[in-house]
Amino acid sequence: MAQATASSKRSLPRRLHPLPLRIMHWINAVAIFIMIGSGWKIYNDDILFSFLRFPDAIVIGKWAQYGLQWHFFGMWIFVLNGIAYLSYGIVTGRFRQKLFPISVREVFVTVGEALRFRLRHDDLTHYNAVQKVLYLGVMLVGILIVISGLALWKPVQFSELASLFGSFQNIRLVHFFCMAAIVVFIVVHVTLAVLVPQSLVAMVSGGPAIEDEAPSSGPVAPEMKTPH
Amino acid sequence: MAIRTRTPSLFRPRTPIDQGVLTENRKLVDVNRRGLLRGAVSLGALTMLTGCDVSEIDSVQKGLRAVSTWNDGVQQTIFRANHLAPTFSPAQVKKPPRFNAYYPIDDVKPVDGATWTLELAGRIEDKRPWSAQRLYALPEQEIIIRHVCVEGWDYIGQWSGPNLRDFLQRVGADLTAKYIYFICADDYTESIDMPTALHPQTILATKYAGEIIGDPFGYPLRLRTSTKLGYKNAKWIKTIEVTNEFRETYWSERGFNWYAGI
Repeated sequence: MAQATASSKRSLPRRLHPLPLRIMHWINAVAIFIMIGSGWKIYNDDILFSFLRFPDAIVIGKWAQYGLQWHFFGMWIFVLNGIAYLSYGIVTGRFRQKLFPISVREVFVTVGEALRFRLRHDDLTHYNAVQKVLYLGVMLVGILIVISGLALWKPVQFSELASLFGSFQNIRLVHFFCMAAIVVFIVVHVTLAVLVPQSLVAMVSGGPAIEDEAPSSGPVAPEMKTPH
Repeated sequence: MAIRTRTPSLFRPRTPIDQGVLTENRKLVDVNRRGLLRGAVSLGALTMLTGCDVSEIDSVQKGLRAVSTWNDGVQQTIFRANHLAPTFSPAQVKKPPRFNAYYPIDDVKPVDGATWTLELAGRIEDKRPWSAQRLYALPEQEIIIRHVCVEGWDYIGQWSGPNLRDFLQRVGADLTAKYIYFICADDYTESIDMPTALHPQTILATKYAGEIIGDPFGYPLRLRTSTKLGYKNAKWIKTIEVTNEFRETYWSERGFNWYAGI
């Protein structure tokens, strides 16, 4: 396959996380930090839930205009980097290799293992079913948060898009819940990265060299069934 | 040659330094990592307690405002000159409208309609001032549109008054100029770009829900456009100026986005 010819030309071993991917990952981390912190500031000006107001110490921007300035600056980084990341993942076949196929049965098995603290992560190059679902899910949420953000920013210019959400406040709710989902993802993601520090190191240094292999063809590759 | 081999560096002493000083000051030598961390954390906490905001650093604020100006251009590019905002039925109209200004509603200073005149300035042929009586006699247009505040709230409002494009044509304004600048009775200033001024849903509102606008909402004259955030809709308008010169407005001066299109 194409990968085989590419690997024979390559002088350096291919890493689990190639350099462009690592750069985009960390740019995204910064962009998400800016977007969430400034978004919380903007939220505080007209809260959606009476029980929720974000403490001043954890929002970005002391005044409303600063929150807005950061949000409408961060959006460019988030969107442009996001487009680059998604294009990279699709064009190089990384998403197809790493995230598919997803087996429903395997998701349940992995969740069970995790709940009994028997989840193992010896092989960084292989994503378990829960990881696949989480990574794929957060990407879809990332796309939805941009779409709802566009509708919020331009409910008149993009009135066709905005009308899909029903009302203006509905767009705010969708945008808010996408943020909440991303926050939950970050908590899980960071917790696991700290529990398996080599995965964090890998996102900096590139991680283990990997063999170029043709993507698995079967619905569930045998190595995915490795017992605990 | 001989000199170079005997002393590798002119700056290196020939006799070793007394190492005793290191053991005597062990505490200084061993940087206490925990202490350092604690110090760094409390320094971080201190910046938050004092309300220090990185956004206020001159260069950061300059950069953020440059992006905001860039966003003005982007918004101008995606503006659809003849695309109409959604309109609503009279049953959805909020009465009275929601108040917004840079001060609370109790501080509103009503304008006396009997003595008030609308002044015209800049690139306009007929600059004769308009009395409320004359202005209120002009043909009216009614729009039931959504008001979107930068804070996030919204409501449906029913506004009527002369169409701004018609009015500008009537007084012989230069429609190729760049900006329409409004000066208000409460010293508020606001400006909009010409394409927005010429949009079919931009009016000089004199009525709300069929009745003359109340004092807190801009009597005797205010702007109402369907394509901008709430704060762009100047109330208690005193002067309309048509100009090519960009001037900061009340909120843009304070760091809010100038274009503020929706």
